[in-house]
Amino acid sequence: MIQTRHRWAPVAMGLVLGVGLQAAAWAQASGTVYVSSEKDNKVYVFNGKGERTAEIAACERPRHMLFSLDKKTLYVCCGNSNELGLIDVATNKLKSRMALGDSPEIFDFKRDQSVVFVSIEEENVMAAYDMKTGKRLFSVPAAGEPEGIYVTPDDKIAYVTSEVGNLVHVIDLNTRKVLKDLKVGKRPRRFTPTADEKEVWVSNELSNSVSVIDTTTHAVKDTIVFKVKGVKDGDVQPVGMVLSKDGKTMWVALGHARHVAQVDVATRQVKQLVLAGKRAWNVDLSPDGNTLYVVNGLSDDMTVVDVSGATAKSLRTVPAGRVPHSALVMP
Amino acid sequence: MSVCRWLMVGLGLVAASAQASTTVVGVVSLDGDPRYAPRRVERAYPGHPMSRAAEGLRLGLADSEYELRTNGLAVDIKRVSVNDAADLPRALKELKAAKVGHVVADLPAPLLSALVQQAPAALGPSVVYNTTLDDDALRGAQCARHLLHTYPSRAMLSDALVQYLVAQRWGNALALNGPEPADALQRQALERSAKRFGLKLIEQKPFKLSGDPRERELGNVRLLTAQRNADVVVVNDAHGEFARTVPYATQVPRPVAGAAGLTAVAWHTQFERFGAPQLTRRFWRQSTQPMVGQDWAAWIAGRAIAAALLAQPKGTPADHLKALRSGAITLDGFKGKQLSFRAWDGQLRQPVFLAHADGVLTLAPMEGVLHPTEVMDTLGMEAKESPCQQRL
Repeated sequence: MIQTRHRWAPVAMGLVLGVGLQAAAWAQASGTVYVSSEKDNKVYVFNGKGERTAEIAACERPRHMLFSLDKKTLYVCCGNSNELGLIDVATNKLKSRMALGDSPEIFDFKRDQSVVFVSIEEENVMAAYDMKTGKRLFSVPAAGEPEGIYVTPDDKIAYVTSEVGNLVHVIDLNTRKVLKDLKVGKRPRRFTPTADEKEVWVSNELSNSVSVIDTTTHAVKDTIVFKVKGVKDGDVQPVGMVLSKDGKTMWVALGHARHVAQVDVATRQVKQLVLAGKRAWNVDLSPDGNTLYVVNGLSDDMTVVDVSGATAKSLRTVPAGRVPHSALVMP
Repeated sequence: MSVCRWLMVGLGLVAASAQASTTVVGVVSLDGDPRYAPRRVERAYPGHPMSRAAEGLRLGLADSEYELRTNGLAVDIKRVSVNDAADLPRALKELKAAKVGHVVADLPAPLLSALVQQAPAALGPSVVYNTTLDDDALRGAQCARHLLHTYPSRAMLSDALVQYLVAQRWGNALALNGPEPADALQRQALERSAKRFGLKLIEQKPFKLSGDPRERELGNVRLLTAQRNADVVVVNDAHGEFARTVPYATQVPRPVAGAAGLTAVAWHTQFERFGAPQLTRRFWRQSTQPMVGQDWAAWIAGRAIAAALLAQPKGTPADHLKALRSGAITLDGFKGKQLSFRAWDGQLRQPVFLAHADGVLTLAPMEGVLHPTEVMDTLGMEAKESPCQQRL
C-alpha cells in the first residue's frame, strides 16, 4: 500500500505541476477571476467565462483580496491564521506571509502601497503595518467588530465600519485619532468609492440600504434603500459593491435576497435586479465591464452575469469552493 | 484581556461621569438560586442557564460602550440579590436609591412575577427584562406592560422544533412526559405546536426517573420506546436528567428530540454564521464559560437598553419601553435578522436554533414556512391568540 503511494506520488506531483504551469499562463491574463474560499483555505482561479483553471493553496480562511500595484502579487487576508498572504500570480504560489493581529478581515493600502491598513476584528482596532518590514506601525481603537476599510486618495483619512457599533469611524491617519463617527445603517460592511472618489458608499447589511458618504465633508448625504418584490426587507442584505467602468453604475449584492441591484450613481435609482445564488455576497467586474461575477456564500458558487446590454442576463453558475468570500478580477 | 477592557471601560465611566449622563441598570438575582447550583450547572443540560444574567448583560453593554460614550452616555450595572420574595422590597429600595429604571430579572418565575408587580410602585416607570425564563404564562395571563422577554418562550422553542420535524417529514411522534408541572408545560406547548404545524402525536406516555422493577413500564427507556410507527421520540423533561438517557437507547432506532438529542435553543457555541463565533468568543474571554441561550438573552437585553438610550438619550424608562415594545427599535442579534419586540406580549421575535450537542443543524423559522407579515412570528404566540391583556 505504502509502496503504491510512493510510486504514484511523483506522477501525481507532475500532474499538479503541469496544471500549475498551464494555469500560470492564465493567471497573468487580464480578466482572470480569483475567488477566496473561507473553508477550503484556497483561492480558486477562473478564466473570464467562469471555467476553473487552477487553485492556490492559501493561508487559513482567506477573505478579502487586492492586487499589488505591478499586478504581480495577489494579497489575501487570512482570518484564521492571522496573516496577509502574498501570492505570486505568475506561479499561483503563496510566496510569503506577513503576520497580522487576531482575526483580520478587510484591508486597504496607502496609495503607494507602503502601508497596509487592516481591520482586526477580535482586537477591535484598525491596525497599520509597514509593508517592507511587516511591523505594526500603530493601531486605532474602533467600536465592536471593525470590518470595511477605505483610505482616501490623499492618504489622509481612513473610513472604517463597525458592525456592532452601527457606525463609520472617520480616522485621521496623521493624528491617528477618530475625527468623527457617522451614524449609518445596521451592520455596516463594505466601502466602494465613486469614480471621482468624492463619494464613498457603505453597505448596511441589516438595514437593506447603502449610505452615501461625502468624502469632503465626512457626512452621510444620501441613503439608498433596496426592495425586492416577494422578499422581506429583512432578507435584503447588501454587502459587496463594485463600480462600473464608466463610473455610472454601482452593482450591489443583496445577500439573502439572492439578487444584485444595478444602481444609477447619479440618480440613486435602482435600474434592475439580477438573480444570483444564495447569500449573494461579493461582486467584481471584468476589465471590459461586460461581465459581472457574483460569489454566493450559502450556495458555494459564483454566478457569471452578462451586463453588456441594457438587461443583464445570468449566463451560468459555477462551483467556487466552500463559503466563497470575495471575487477579484485581474484588470 | 476582556476583563482589563471592562475595567478600562469602568474607569472611563468614572472619568467621563462629570460630562456623561450615566444610566444605572439593575440586576436582581436570588441567593442560592437552584438553577445555578454548581452541581446543576456542571450537568450542562441543553437549554439550561450556566452563567448569571449579569455576565451577558455586561458584555452587551461593553459591546455598546463605544457608541454610548461617543454620544455622551454611560451605563453602570447595579447588582442586588435577594434571599426570598419577602426580601424584594429591600432590593427595590436599593435600586431606587441608585435611580434604576431598567431591571434585568435573573429570577425564578414566582419571584420574577413579584418583582414585576412591585417595580412600578417602588421604582416609578421602569422596564423589567426576563432573560432566563421560557414560561408562556409570563407572556400570557401574567404578562405586564413593562415586562420584556429576550429569552424565547416555550411556545417559540416548541414551534421551532415541530417546524423542523415536519420539514423532515417525521410526521409521527411519540411523546414521553415527565411528572413535574414544568414538564406538563412543555407537553402543552408541544401539543399546541403539533396542532399548528401538523405533527401527529401518535402516543403520549408518562415517564418516571426510577430503577424500581415494579415501575419498569415508567422508568425503562426500552419499554417506553417500542412504537414502530413513531418517526421520532420527543421528551418533555424540564429538568433534563431522564431525557439524557434516551438518545441511542430506544427499543426501535429513532431520533430523540425535545429535552435531549435534537433541541431548540436560543444560542449555541458552534453556530458559525452571522458573526456568531466572534460573539461566542467574546463571552468566553469575559466569563470563561460557554455562551448559552440565557447568556445571549442577557447580552441582547444590554444591547436593547443601549439602543433605547441612544435613540432617546433624554427619554425616561417609559419612553424607552414604548420605543422598544412598539418595534421602533430593531436589534442585531447575530442571528442574521433584525430583531424587534412584539407589541402584544413584549416578546423579542428571533430565529431559534435547531441543534444537538455537537452543532447547529439549521435555524427556524424553516425555509418554506410562510407568514403574511413577519415570518419570525410563526414562532410563538401571534397577536390574535396571545392571552396577554396588558398590551402597549
